Amino acid sequence: MPSIHVKRGVFLPLLEGEEELIRKSVSGVLQEYEAAQENLIPILLQVQEMLGYLPGPAMEQIAAALKIPAVDVYGLATFYNQFRLHPPGKHQLKVCMGTACYMVGGRIALECFERRLGIKEGETTPGREFSLERVACVGCCTMAPVVVVDEQVEGKVTPTRVDGILLSFEKPAAPGAEAAGQKGEDAS
Amino acid sequence: MSKPATIFIDGRKIDAFEGEKLLWVALRNGIYIPNLCAIRGKEHPSGSCRLCYVQVEGCSEPVTSCTLSVTDSLSVQTRSPQVDRLVKSAFELLLSHHRLGCRDCAKRKSCELLKIAKERGLKMKLTRLALLDQEAEVDDSAETFVFDRSRCVLCGRCVWICREVIKVGALGFSRRGIKRVVTTFQDVSLAQSGCIECGLCVEACPSGALYFKEGKKPAAAGQCSCRGG
Repeated sequence: MPSIHVKRGVFLPLLEGEEELIRKSVSGVLQEYEAAQENLIPILLQVQEMLGYLPGPAMEQIAAALKIPAVDVYGLATFYNQFRLHPPGKHQLKVCMGTACYMVGGRIALECFERRLGIKEGETTPGREFSLERVACVGCCTMAPVVVVDEQVEGKVTPTRVDGILLSFEKPAAPGAEAAGQKGEDAS
Repeated sequence: MSKPATIFIDGRKIDAFEGEKLLWVALRNGIYIPNLCAIRGKEHPSGSCRLCYVQVEGCSEPVTSCTLSVTDSLSVQTRSPQVDRLVKSAFELLLSHHRLGCRDCAKRKSCELLKIAKERGLKMKLTRLALLDQEAEVDDSAETFVFDRSRCVLCGRCVWICREVIKVGALGFSRRGIKRVVTTFQDVSLAQSGCIECGLCVEACPSGALYFKEGKKPAAAGQCSCRGG
């Protein structure tokens, strides 16, 4: 039986001082545009370019300026795949879902990441360490299934390789990184 | 309204005005055409439920009556084999996204899906399609009503009421395609959404997606203006 998950959005708390930055950035962008509904997409694109994603307070501020319900802005931001609602992580994982990768188990790789990190595609881990996305095709189908880790392309990503990729981030600065990660988790 | 026009629906002569949408003329004259997404007063009909097809004389294909402007001496048939086929398919597509189980549904007395099924002799069960099993949570955070997404047919009446009539704008559509849902800003629960619990969306809802909690139905229920009585 096919099923759709209608999961309630889980949004990470803002970092210290982030709210101030959001307000300033959004105000700056809003000044450049006429407060008309048809400018919503350009405004959102520019805000996303500055902040890396569309945080809730930014969407609310834009909605207030354009005098439309905030849920409209949210509806638009969830309609287009271009918009991100979760902050980019320190490490960005892009799982390829092009035809070739999909056929040889891209889905499995994505699910492995989801399980290991405890997040869904498009989301970010609580400490903002990893963000997980799906991409269409990265252009190296012979290496399928492909995962792009930050800027580096990883080929033939099996579930074991998924563990390997995640482990490689834990190793180098073991004590410091782990402590930082734990702190982030506690804070959230 | 503009010039008067005389039109024929199923051979019956009816007086209307040019520019009116055919669906409303038919309903006003006691001719039922199935519809879910049509909202009286909405400038641009969304035409998304695909239930209100009629056969227009001179047109090879059926047209949706909610978007068809009346012109003088327009002649339409509300039923034809082509219309029936389209409506049957559209109805089954809607049902494939709607959790059945009418027996425990709070809206079974006023359900418009049941009304359409009865009117057009359609079955309330899926024959060609599989049910999309929605793992949707039921939002019962509001004090007076419940929102059960698994029974939502995405007609948009509640969204329109919330926005255009009450001017609250707590409800809206989000996501795309098969994942499209009626939701609140950032998918928060209704209690946190700025909803004022006017209850008009509950009355506007044609299915069992929005229903009053037991004993919480307001005594002087407001008149739902989207259907125009």
